[in-house]
Amino acid sequence: MEAAVFILSLVDCCALIFLSVYFIITLSDLECDYINARACCSKLNKWVIPELIGQSLATVLMLVSMHWFIFLLNLPVASWNVYRYVKVPMGNMGVFDPTEIHNRGQLKSHMKEAMIKLGFHLLCFFIYLYSMILALIND
Amino acid sequence: MFFFSGPFQIPAAHHPPPQQGFPTMPQPKAPPLPGQDYYNSRPYQPAPPPVSQYHGPPGPSTPSRPPEGAALHNHSMPPPPHTPPLSNSYSQHLQPRPGPYTQPPNQLTPTPSQGLVQTSVAYNSAAMTPPFPKALQSSAPPPGPAANLAMPVGGSYPPQPGHAGTSYPSLPPGYQSMQAPPSTLPTPPLTQHYPPQPQQYHQPPAGPAQLSSALSTLSLQSQTPEALLVLNLLQERNLLPAGPVPAPTPCLPQDLQKLNCSPEVFRSTLTSIPQTQSLLNKAKLPLGLLLHPFKDLSQLPVVTSSTIVRCRSCRTYINPFVSFLDQRRWKCNLCYRVNDVPEEFMYNPVSRSYGEPHKRPEVQNATIEFIAPSEYMLRPPQPAVYLFLLDVSHNAVETGYLDVVCQSLLENLNSLPGDTRTKIGLITFDSMIHFYNLQDGLSQPQMLIVSDLEDIFLPTPDSLLVNLSESKELVRDLLKSLPQMFTKTMETHSALGPALQAAFKLMSPTGGRVTVFQTQLPTLGVGALKSREDPNQRASAKDVQHLSPATDFYKKLALDCSGQQVAVDLFMLSAQYCDLATLGCISRYSAGSVYFYPSYHTEHNPAQTERFQKDLKRYLTRKIGFEAVMRIRCTKGLSIHTFHGNFFVRSTDLLSLPNVNPDAGFAVQMSIEENLVDMQVVSFQAALLYTSSKGERRIRVHTMCLPVVNSMSDIFAGADVQAITCLLASMAVDRSVTASLSDARDAVTNAAIDSLVSYRSSVLTIQQPGLLAPACLCLFPLYILALLKQRAFRTGTSTRLDDRVFAMYQLKYQPLSYLMLMIHPALYRLDDLTDEGALNINDRTIPQPRALQLSVEKLSRDGAFLMDTGSDLYLWVGKSCNPTFLNQVLGVQNYANVPLNQNQLPELDTAESARTRAFIGWIREQRPFYPVLHLIRDESPMKSSFMQNMIEDRTESALSYYEFLLHVQQQVSK
Repeated sequence: MEAAVFILSLVDCCALIFLSVYFIITLSDLECDYINARACCSKLNKWVIPELIGQSLATVLMLVSMHWFIFLLNLPVASWNVYRYVKVPMGNMGVFDPTEIHNRGQLKSHMKEAMIKLGFHLLCFFIYLYSMILALIND
Repeated sequence: MFFFSGPFQIPAAHHPPPQQGFPTMPQPKAPPLPGQDYYNSRPYQPAPPPVSQYHGPPGPSTPSRPPEGAALHNHSMPPPPHTPPLSNSYSQHLQPRPGPYTQPPNQLTPTPSQGLVQTSVAYNSAAMTPPFPKALQSSAPPPGPAANLAMPVGGSYPPQPGHAGTSYPSLPPGYQSMQAPPSTLPTPPLTQHYPPQPQQYHQPPAGPAQLSSALSTLSLQSQTPEALLVLNLLQERNLLPAGPVPAPTPCLPQDLQKLNCSPEVFRSTLTSIPQTQSLLNKAKLPLGLLLHPFKDLSQLPVVTSSTIVRCRSCRTYINPFVSFLDQRRWKCNLCYRVNDVPEEFMYNPVSRSYGEPHKRPEVQNATIEFIAPSEYMLRPPQPAVYLFLLDVSHNAVETGYLDVVCQSLLENLNSLPGDTRTKIGLITFDSMIHFYNLQDGLSQPQMLIVSDLEDIFLPTPDSLLVNLSESKELVRDLLKSLPQMFTKTMETHSALGPALQAAFKLMSPTGGRVTVFQTQLPTLGVGALKSREDPNQRASAKDVQHLSPATDFYKKLALDCSGQQVAVDLFMLSAQYCDLATLGCISRYSAGSVYFYPSYHTEHNPAQTERFQKDLKRYLTRKIGFEAVMRIRCTKGLSIHTFHGNFFVRSTDLLSLPNVNPDAGFAVQMSIEENLVDMQVVSFQAALLYTSSKGERRIRVHTMCLPVVNSMSDIFAGADVQAITCLLASMAVDRSVTASLSDARDAVTNAAIDSLVSYRSSVLTIQQPGLLAPACLCLFPLYILALLKQRAFRTGTSTRLDDRVFAMYQLKYQPLSYLMLMIHPALYRLDDLTDEGALNINDRTIPQPRALQLSVEKLSRDGAFLMDTGSDLYLWVGKSCNPTFLNQVLGVQNYANVPLNQNQLPELDTAESARTRAFIGWIREQRPFYPVLHLIRDESPMKSSFMQNMIEDRTESALSYYEFLLHVQQQVSK
């Protein structure tokens, strides 16, 4: 059972890692002027909800399997994702808004955020991997 | 750095007002005295004149070239020695320099046909100098007489197309210009001294002996630059200058400054750029640029060339601030790459000589326009396409605006900018959308009604937008009958969203301009809105809600429009709340503009009608650029942080502007990413690529060069208080939308406090009591207070949400000069106008009254005062006003007869009336849009709008200027 939980979170985590990398690549494309802001934002906005769901899934999984430490580790990131999504002003076209992204260093802060998330997901990946192996051995 | 921190402080300190910028030269050997004029402090003045080094004839434009192999930093060398007579010629020739930009913009860019004519003339006259026909063909001289080119750099291109070829036909090209007797220069003997070498422009730097002597005289004066004179704001009662506040002059070497871009086009908040971001942070002043790139200019050099010389790595256009390493190579001033000079560029079409790439117009003018070759087109240049979208619901018909619009259009149909390809179309909408088939050949316009708002389609896509010249009669018929067609309509709904979608569909194949006239909140179909304003909250001191859009529909549509090169201009004529915050998005992101006429009614509100008519005329006939993009480049190390204005930022430095108009201003905030060590100057270049209404692809390039400094006092000495205020206003608009209005107000107040704290702690050496500010920032607290009392940011005074939002839009896209009047109106006393100090323009005498402080204290009952807020003129007449003024200017017997609602001054045949009308007319000429005159007396309903602009006075909800200063002082000395 325990092993199954971690295998599931591992898969989830892999998906989130890929997503983070995708965010970083797309944002740096925009930075280097390979794609325009409109295309970049519509690409990224599509993946905001999946990311949110993936992150919450991992958090909920840890909660129900009562892994408190990992749950607490995941909680801030999950709540940040939700907060960010809810806080989008009505007139904006999603978390990534093409008319705003070049203003006030938003591009940089989005980039930084994606980087931090990538680091976080990598950390989680190893924690899940370790826990999974531990669980498998214990079984 | 040595040279900059020393010698060139002084010029910055003595900001000469533009008109007096070039005084006659002092006696050559006269010792420079502190406080004497600008030129006395030039380092090269007392230096002995090694005449033979100097290269002559086209003199004024060239003496400043750096020595051979000089890197950029050589620009900071004191300019080469001059002979006294030459300096004289300098001042003479520079006298007219402010001219090109200060003249009324009646002489626009020459038309292409003129250009062609000029080209052929030039070719013929130069045909006698055989060697370079190829170069000539490809680099035709700019259209218009040579004076066109010469003016911006101070009349420095002597040969005119007509006589140049005949005057010096047989000389080898390299020497031509040198032998040329400079008809415009008073010093012909000088030319004999010049060694006839192709590298005439290479000059050895001034010797160390001369330098040190120059420095020693300078260091005496550099103690208290004028801009840094300490003022105690609490004690200085009258800080306003008598005339307009002049833009500070960057403390650049004179040769660079002479070539620099006009401050009306390109302005920086700090005319001295700090070396590092930390220094900038420490100064607490915002760094940014304010641009007015498409301004109507009276003199604009235009260059036709098959190759436009640009840096190969950063694509910067060649400009006056590049350095020529030798004749064949130039170094980019933005990325420092060394580029080759193309063969063609070696030939100078102006002086008709070879081997002088540094004298080409591109290198002599900071503002220049290129006719772009085909590489600059993604598709054939689009025709001018105009679509008018008219609201014909009951509410709209009631206001009577249709008559005005149709009448204006009829009158200006022939003066719409365009050529034979110009297309026009009309759509009207209420709860349905009415298209008009105007196909040539029809006997009368056909109305096609689409009632399916869910899925908009175009009934006859080919005949809705028609060629104006072919279908002019049908268009006229339609415009004549349109106002009557809907007089009996009972339809109250408005389907603006679907109508805009239809317009987008119609325009997307070509691109162009959509003009929307809307009189109410859209209520049907996509983009329908609900009223969000609570009238009871208008005067609340609490936070203002609903400053951001309610839906993203208009923004998305605007971005779609932007992608298809369609711009949407919005004319709002509404008495009710119409959610400008949401509707404005359609213009904001498609590079359109928003015009707002609150409480518009043709009969009940004649002032508004008059303004609407005049504005429409200007709007329809002004210059327009289609499918434009603007790129703002800056020297490596600087980057753009935030953009302000109406456009879509397509990539980090590229603004997409489907339309560009001469009344649009832009602002950008800059940050310093890498330290600018080892740089003496940085440059900024704004390049606007657009399709003219004649279907020509053109590039207008503006380049500005600014010094880099590393001391706090230099940063403060170069602060431009007006530019700072305008940039802060834009930033505050952003802040009030993303955060809240009170946040924005606090931020603006803190900006003033922080900068004064920073000044106190890092520049002031002697601490005195009081609120101390440098002279260049002495108006800062006043402007900040004015900003807090501006309609956009004020609290406590009843302000309609739409008025507020419109003011915010204006703060973001108006050019600086109009913006300043919006923030801090000008007040003049009119009843004692005299001809003393009057301007003389085209034989008209325009009196120049003193600008007064905005305080009731300055008003007196026996006077009449004019307040200029940019969009309105208020003429306040005192109760016991001078009877002569009442008689001679207003044409009434006594105060009681002063009309309550009058927007015109009677044309009386008296000297007083002539003076007053000349002054008001002159004010109006300077604006693109028409400021309406309101006559105000005690009982006038408009009196409150007049009194609200008395910024220095206390109101129930806001501090007086003195109280505000005390508040700032309290914070500063904490």
